[in-house]
Amino acid sequence: MSDTHAQSVQFVRGTMIPEQDPPITEKGALKWMRENLFSSWLNAILTVLSLYVIYWVLAHILPWTVGGIWDAESLSQCRDIRDASGIDYNVACWAVITDRWHQLLFGFYPSELYWRPILALIIFGAAIAPILFETLPRKMLIVSIAAPFLAYWLLWGGSVWGPIAVAFGFGIGWAIVTYGESLLGALGAIIGAIVVPVLYWLFLAGPVGAALQATLPIGIAQIGSNQFGGFMLAIIIGVSAIVLSLPLGILLALGRQSDLFIINKCSVIFIEVIRGVPLIVWLFTASLLLNYFLPPEVSFDLMLRVIIMVTLFASAYIAEVVRGGLAALPRGQYEGADSLGLDYWQAMRLIILPQALKISIPGIVSTFIGLFKDTTLVVFIGLLDPIGLSQAIRADSAWNGIYWELFIFIGLCFFIFCFSMSQYSQWLERKLNTGHR
Amino acid sequence: MTETSPYATDHVVDRSHMKVSDEVAIEINNMNKWFGTFHVLRDIDLTVYRGERIVICGPSGSGKSTLIRCVNALEEHQQGKIVVDGTELSNDLKNIDKIRSEVGMCFQHFNLFPHLTILENCTLAPIWVRKTPKREAEETAMHFLKKVKIPEQADKYPGQLSGGQQQRVAIARSLCMRPRIMLFDEPTSALDPEMIKEVLDTMIELAEEGMTMLCVTHEMGFARQVANRVIFMDAGQIVEQNEPEPFFTNPQSERTKLFLSQILGH
Ligand SMILES: Nc1ncnc2c1ncn2[C@@H]1O[C@H](COP(=O)(O)OP(=O)(O)OP(=O)(O)O)[C@@H](O)[C@H]1O
Ligand SMILES: [Mg+2]
Repeated sequence: MSDTHAQSVQFVRGTMIPEQDPPITEKGALKWMRENLFSSWLNAILTVLSLYVIYWVLAHILPWTVGGIWDAESLSQCRDIRDASGIDYNVACWAVITDRWHQLLFGFYPSELYWRPILALIIFGAAIAPILFETLPRKMLIVSIAAPFLAYWLLWGGSVWGPIAVAFGFGIGWAIVTYGESLLGALGAIIGAIVVPVLYWLFLAGPVGAALQATLPIGIAQIGSNQFGGFMLAIIIGVSAIVLSLPLGILLALGRQSDLFIINKCSVIFIEVIRGVPLIVWLFTASLLLNYFLPPEVSFDLMLRVIIMVTLFASAYIAEVVRGGLAALPRGQYEGADSLGLDYWQAMRLIILPQALKISIPGIVSTFIGLFKDTTLVVFIGLLDPIGLSQAIRADSAWNGIYWELFIFIGLCFFIFCFSMSQYSQWLERKLNTGHR
Repeated sequence: MTETSPYATDHVVDRSHMKVSDEVAIEINNMNKWFGTFHVLRDIDLTVYRGERIVICGPSGSGKSTLIRCVNALEEHQQGKIVVDGTELSNDLKNIDKIRSEVGMCFQHFNLFPHLTILENCTLAPIWVRKTPKREAEETAMHFLKKVKIPEQADKYPGQLSGGQQQRVAIARSLCMRPRIMLFDEPTSALDPEMIKEVLDTMIELAEEGMTMLCVTHEMGFARQVANRVIFMDAGQIVEQNEPEPFFTNPQSERTKLFLSQILGH
């Protein structure tokens, strides 16, 4: 029995089978199409249908976009050019962009001074780069510290001593925190670092700046906030609010987690009140009501008020996003930090926040993107953001009746900004992923 | 499980340095703790001398973790007195941070910081709490990582290490603060059998060097080898304490007998 069986079991391969290509339908584009587009009848029908829809949409949009007219002085001239070339369908009149792009970007900022916002933008880029990309030299952080004051001076102009006098206040605060601790104790130093600079700004900064200007006048032409507009305005409000709302939001989130009753309740009330009311209401508050509360001699720039309101609004959202990140951390992380003897702020800064913020990145960036787009709401309180400017451009008889081209341009600019934020956040998430959990 | 744990080390424990001095390391007096209205710890009295190795065991929920977490103020006690290294635990944050930096703690789930490398995990507290220069802190860290036998993992992240390796890093991280007392809360109970041995070996080595240790563990082999006192807790109270030999061979209380018969599988 075993003998007969051995014949069918024993086998020795004589020649090796060479490697072969898979069947033609099993590789490359064909395989991909079969698997992804035509895997079943339903799938095939849907594929064809979708292709038709895509074709239909493109067939309407492409000729309009690509065939657009770039060189004209008014909408009617655009139409004349189109009719003259014998095209019987609608085409875009991009000429409005070539004619008015500078207004969409800079508002009514004097055109001979465009270099100032551009330089401010470059400085901002240099300031933010070392914060966004850790590999850049740490020395660049000096630019980051000076940038806000420099950018402010470039944008609004006036005496150079004003921003310097204000910056000096921060210097005082920093000095009190660093050197005052032995004298005043930790809490005393922090309170001192807040109170002294505020008093300085309220009563001394103005006269000091003026006195310095009188002795050594250095300055550039002053530009009022009412001349700001377009993307410049959106970027100034958006960027300031983003930069300021992150630290504020983190503090609020920590406050909401705190065991200290007063701090906890204040944070909760602040967050809930700010979040519970639409941004547009806060903007009207900023434009109308704040003046009632402030002493009449303090004329507070409208743009500054808007920046403050948008910052507060965004920080409430950031606080909730960050709180989610804090809650997602296992309690063991807090205990690990505590058991090593780190104090509260060290534990937060070194252990808890780096992890919580990492978890919160998608939420934080969503909030930032939302905030940036919400800056268009300032049009309702009379600031000329890009949307407001598109109205202003239409008010000119030459461009009366033009909508799509402007909106597409505005949309594209916003998209570039928001998309890069989103891309950066995804890059950051990948970079911070240390393969845990 | 037999009477000696299968994970007991092969090497003979050297007891020459394991001298217990008269100096008091931890003194707990009449301590009571409540979680809300639930009375977790009741009238705890315990004096730990420098150089002592104490093993705490008891059924789940008996308050073992809570007890040793009270020692470095991870939990607050409501009544009684805890003195660690001559400093009384009070609400003063400065005192608490000082005690925590003198008392090392290892957790069941390691609690390493996943966003920092092993080396950074070990140098963080020395640099920020002790203000040790970075270079020196790194040297110390490498010294202790060698001691727990994983210096080659220094640049990895905790997520890339096995459980046993992570627990040894956690021990090294505590040691970098040069603590005078070490607390262990079930350091091996989240680990696979073969990893338990490597962690226990590390702990035995520590004991041999004379570290004051307070361990919550169910590794009875470890208790026999290195402990000089075993404490049995039940329902928030210390039910029995004795030297390991009499504790295991001749337990006095019925509860202890029942517990030991369950855990040792008699
Ligand atoms: N934060 C808390 N709030 C309320 N009750 C708690 C808290 N932590 C623990 N307890 C309760 O206190 C009791 C003792 O808990 P503890 O963790 O000290 O037990 P244990 O002896 O360490 O148990 P195990 O062996 O399971 O770790 C348990 O009944 C538990 O439910
Ligand atoms: Mg426990």
